[in-house]
Amino acid sequence: MADFTLRVNGNERRVSVAPETPLLWVLRDTLELTGTKFGCGAGLCGACTVHVEGSALRSCSTPVSQVAGKNVTTIEGLSANGPHPLQQAWIAEEVPQCGYCQTGQIMAAAALLAKNPNPSDEQITQAMTGNLCRCGTYERIRKAIHRAASTGGVR
Amino acid sequence: MSPLNRREFVVVGVAAGAGLVIGFYLPHKRQAAKEFFSPNAYLRITPDNKVTIVVARSEMGQGVRTALPMILAEELEADWKQIEIEQAGASTLYGDQTTGGSASVRTTWDPMRKAGAAAREMLISAAALTWGVPRSGCVAQSGYIVHGASNRRLSYGELVGKAATLPIPADVPLKQSKDYKIVGQRLARVDTPAKVKGDAVFGIDFRLPGVKYAALSRCPTIGGKVASFDDRDSRKVPRVRYVGKIGDAAVAVVADSVWGAMEGRRVLNVNWDDGPNKDLNTAAVMESLKQAATKKGASLYSAGDVSKAQGRHVKAEYQLPFMAHAPMEPGNCTANFQGTTCELWAPTQVPQDCRDSVAQAIGLDPDGVKVNVTLMGGGFGRRLEHDYAVEAALVSKALHDAKLGDGNNGAPVKVVWTREDDMRFSTYRPASLHQLSAVLDVAGWPVAFSHRIISPSISAQKGQPGPNGIDPDLPDEAAFVYALPNVSLEYVQAETPVPLGWMRSVYALQAGFAGESFIDELATAAGKDPLEYRLHMLAKDQDIQYFTTTWHTGRMRGVLQLVAEKAGWKNPLPAGRFRGVACFACFSSYVAEVVEISMETNAPRVHRVVVAVDCGQVVNPSILEQQIQGGIVFALTNALRAKITIEKGRVVEGNFDDYAPLRMDETPAVEVYAVTSLEAPTGIGEPSVPPLAPALCSAIYAATKKRIRALPILS
Repeated sequence: MADFTLRVNGNERRVSVAPETPLLWVLRDTLELTGTKFGCGAGLCGACTVHVEGSALRSCSTPVSQVAGKNVTTIEGLSANGPHPLQQAWIAEEVPQCGYCQTGQIMAAAALLAKNPNPSDEQITQAMTGNLCRCGTYERIRKAIHRAASTGGVR
Repeated sequence: MSPLNRREFVVVGVAAGAGLVIGFYLPHKRQAAKEFFSPNAYLRITPDNKVTIVVARSEMGQGVRTALPMILAEELEADWKQIEIEQAGASTLYGDQTTGGSASVRTTWDPMRKAGAAAREMLISAAALTWGVPRSGCVAQSGYIVHGASNRRLSYGELVGKAATLPIPADVPLKQSKDYKIVGQRLARVDTPAKVKGDAVFGIDFRLPGVKYAALSRCPTIGGKVASFDDRDSRKVPRVRYVGKIGDAAVAVVADSVWGAMEGRRVLNVNWDDGPNKDLNTAAVMESLKQAATKKGASLYSAGDVSKAQGRHVKAEYQLPFMAHAPMEPGNCTANFQGTTCELWAPTQVPQDCRDSVAQAIGLDPDGVKVNVTLMGGGFGRRLEHDYAVEAALVSKALHDAKLGDGNNGAPVKVVWTREDDMRFSTYRPASLHQLSAVLDVAGWPVAFSHRIISPSISAQKGQPGPNGIDPDLPDEAAFVYALPNVSLEYVQAETPVPLGWMRSVYALQAGFAGESFIDELATAAGKDPLEYRLHMLAKDQDIQYFTTTWHTGRMRGVLQLVAEKAGWKNPLPAGRFRGVACFACFSSYVAEVVEISMETNAPRVHRVVVAVDCGQVVNPSILEQQIQGGIVFALTNALRAKITIEKGRVVEGNFDDYAPLRMDETPAVEVYAVTSLEAPTGIGEPSVPPLAPALCSAIYAATKKRIRALPILS
């Protein structure tokens, strides 16, 4: 066991866990931020996507020791003032079916739009192909990203 | 508990305020309830004008929490904005709550409509009595009863007290579909906002105070057991609280965190007794199907006499592998055993089976087991099993018995599976073999068609075989809707120790792939266009009675014509593009698909899939489109890559690298068109799956002249 200080969604959080504990389980179990999901535990599906210092990262494969002192953003902290343009677009396009992977999808899309506010179809595909959706919502995800981009989706 | 006692239990529930129950018709027991109006178990209206609709099926992404309430709200003439949704757990009030078989809308269409209509009629009576006017002058409109002549209106909330005193009408008029205001609209799903905010509580997110977490080490060999285990290293992992055998074939490691439980399991040393299947492999399974094929099977359908047909004989064999559902949310369940009762929070498609199986496993009366249904991160049939729930209950009981509970006589625990657990301890779509033969006349049209399905039976393996040697799923999933003079459909039950489960579209995937691919072969043999070939076999309007379903050739023809028009079947394709077509009818719906591809170094790239569906009236077109698009992506994974391999009695595949569902880069554009219909709604969750693989293989044949007779394509 060791103590770590993280900055999660703008708040300083101290946790006492084994250093190799993946960030995912610190978020879910210790900090009770369950919007970040466990899908594969191996960085293959993207359900656990969060932002560390603004970049998308697979929290299931990142030991907490690696993010000590860094800024971590989860779906719960994606947008401080009401829904993020991507969340609004996800609602407008009726993207989710089961919904389990969608928070990870939105985090991946938010990292994309932060770097590229108006991505092409190809750029969306490239950025989003790491995120699995077993319900097959990809077409609506693509539409929702375009919609958010067209309404000024970076925030 | 005897049936009588169970009934009394329900009455006590009513007196305690659980609502009045139309299904039980106990008016003599009914008390006037001032606080709410609940003429049946699906509906509760309160004086604050809220209309709560109970959903007794499980939400796994298919939209039941939206679609079923839309049906009731339509007949109730409610304002959709006043609707609140309540998820039912395992209950005795709603009949069979199993969520599967694309059945939720088609089997609750009548009860939900009648529940809404009965309440509407009672509210009209209540208003008429309040005003002292004839009922005939009162109408229900958007949450109000309106008396046009006097320009008065009362909200449903205002009528609660009066309505609750009225008798429940036995027979109520139902609306005509031309008057629908809610059914048929693209209403937003009620579960979307929480799902995009991260607030939605899936089974894995549910948390009781003081809950512990369990990871189980299960015997990797099918049918094997625990011989012995050494838990010394596991107990050294910080915050591991318990290690113990669960049943014959698993050892649970319980910790204060999921990660602790997983780490404790990683260093657990178990000696397995591999049991009788330690030499089993996939080749042996396929060989056993060939052996079984020599047996005479059970007839599913027969017309004329295929053995007497004269002409040119064509035959082929097809085969399909085991497949896994792999829902995104790995298996999990929370249980809290409290000595004489046990409560569960289960992501399950079968709350009642969970209740009964848990009761049996831990020695309680079913009424002592309460099952709450959580949201599910996908189901696809995997959560028709109750294994997660039974494991959680057994671990909770073990903790309780070891006095490791929460100090309040409970021992809450959440069992969490990993992805590898999900892949290797699933219940698999059965591998199958298909023998097809046909006789063509001089013009190349088929005069006889025969299909023998050789497959292990999912239900028989679970101890519930269907009558006459016919798996009970086949009546919904293996019809042949072409009007030919001689047809024989036969099922040969094979046996396998590999655990079997119902996976999205179940046997329809097998029957559709083999049957429709073979039709494509016949069209090729006859030198005819595969679409025209099918339309010729559907030219005559004919009813085909297959078990309890009456199929109509005209409806199948309708979806083929629609898909041909929308896909532009008659228009030439650009160079390098190829297309194929297939159609199939299952779960009472008809679907036809055209798949457009190009070939890239021997692998197909699917660019466009056009789908035409006849599923009767469409309750919510947006949800229909979701289900069809999702079904195509699911089916494309099945067709291209989904294969579970058995070696030395163990499942080889473990994660999304070696069992790789489709990603965005491989997803085609999917266009969905529904036939306008006044028929009652039928299934939409599964029927889009079966035509995809044969349509794709037909396109591959068009491109390469290579016939694919075994899935997956990229094996």
